[in-house]
Amino acid sequence: MDEIAMENIEAPPAAAIAEPADAPEFRVKMKTRNVNVHYAEKHALRDVSLDIGEREVTALIGPSGCGKSTFLRCLNRMNDTIDICRVTGQLELDGQDIYDAGVDVVQLRASIGMVFQKPNPFPKSIFDNVAYGPRVHGLFSDKSDLEEVVVQSLRKAGLYDEVKDRLGDPGTSLSGGQQQRLCIARAIAVGPEVILMDEPCSSLDPIATARIEELIDELRQNFTIVIVTHSMQQAARVSQKTAFFHLGDLIEQGETPQIFTNPRHEKTQGYITGRFG
Amino acid sequence: MASEHIVSAFDQELNELKNKVSEMGGLAESQLVNALEAMQRRDTDLASRTIEGDARVDEMEHEIDRFVVQLLALRQPMASDLREIIVALKISSDLERIADYATNVAKRTMTLAQSPQVRPAHAIPRMGRLALSMIFEVLDSYSDRDTQKAIAVWRRDEELDEMYISLFRELLTYMMEDARSISSCTHLLFIAKNIERVGDHATNIAESIYYLVEGRPLLQSRPKGGDEEYDRVDAPPDP
Repeated sequence: MDEIAMENIEAPPAAAIAEPADAPEFRVKMKTRNVNVHYAEKHALRDVSLDIGEREVTALIGPSGCGKSTFLRCLNRMNDTIDICRVTGQLELDGQDIYDAGVDVVQLRASIGMVFQKPNPFPKSIFDNVAYGPRVHGLFSDKSDLEEVVVQSLRKAGLYDEVKDRLGDPGTSLSGGQQQRLCIARAIAVGPEVILMDEPCSSLDPIATARIEELIDELRQNFTIVIVTHSMQQAARVSQKTAFFHLGDLIEQGETPQIFTNPRHEKTQGYITGRFG
Repeated sequence: MASEHIVSAFDQELNELKNKVSEMGGLAESQLVNALEAMQRRDTDLASRTIEGDARVDEMEHEIDRFVVQLLALRQPMASDLREIIVALKISSDLERIADYATNVAKRTMTLAQSPQVRPAHAIPRMGRLALSMIFEVLDSYSDRDTQKAIAVWRRDEELDEMYISLFRELLTYMMEDARSISSCTHLLFIAKNIERVGDHATNIAESIYYLVEGRPLLQSRPKGGDEEYDRVDAPPDP
């Protein structure tokens, strides 16, 4: 390297590096403000305000019991199923209050799908697992239309090529990773806009995990994804935004590269470097 | 970072890395001390020992490289731990360059000692002392994670650059007065340039320490004492 040339390089002005020119426009898909959750007397989530960006992956991280799964379940009203649970605050999907009395919860959960920690295919065939949602919601006109929905959903979930010759086999006959992709296909089949994932890889081996992560990266072209994960490496690999929860508080949120190279809050720093948990 | 990792072996490894960098820093520093002393005393024995000593510094750099790759692969560090490891890699490469410049000074000392002494250029030992104190301070600030001290070193490079320019003019005058001194003066000039470059690497280290502690780069442009017209004269050819 020419040392004189090196010396002549001026530090760029701060403004020049602050905003990358080709940064995609950020649009809020889900907006939450001052969300509080109580389980009976227990105050599980305190004043959480977080924007979920459209067509990007938001990772929720934090130690067990920090409220990240509780928050995820607020996003499609899964907490409604728990009698002692009380949710307050503002939660919106595209500006619409999802806790409004007029909201059809079944329809809401079709728009905001969910994939769980353990793959939970129904005790039905691969085809019927994916066809289940469209049948319940009446989302097809005839048999060939339904077949098309099933095939497209399996394709989007990256599973079609592996199962196309045995769509009649039981969903439970698949491997763990395939079952999880089947569950993702099932969620996709009802045409959601947002997909919530609660530790979707925690029971999978590294190869199956990598496939799911690759799939998440593809899915974000069309869907908004919120993922709860215990693996910080996974959060770092798959997400664009990361939010760190601790003991019911949202401690820090930001761009994923910033959170993992230079977190602002000491608690975030402590957690992601493995100093407490 | 005050608190410790849950996995204590990782703490031990990070400490070991920090110690290796400090040890390499001490080694590079003593290489420069010896080179400058050999030059001042025209001591070819010391100069040749200094040249041999460079191998140990190179070895330490390789050792740190290997250790860093291992830590990255096995620990997948994040945030301040990641910065700690990346900065160790960068600092060790700066230290290796500093030791190389010390070796260059020692090599030119071997040649200089064969010819009659030119009029003493007092600025060279003074430059050497300044460069040494910069290294000393910057290594200290690495151990203490002291960004104020690091910034102070970073600012002192200007003084070193100015000393180099004035020395350049002094040597040019000698050469014009007495053509027989050209060979020796040229060696001295290269020695001075080497010392000036040591200062640049000390400022690189200061910048790395700032990044390590603050998590963001030191963005202000560094004050420069160099005069471009003179600086360009001995620019190495493009590789």
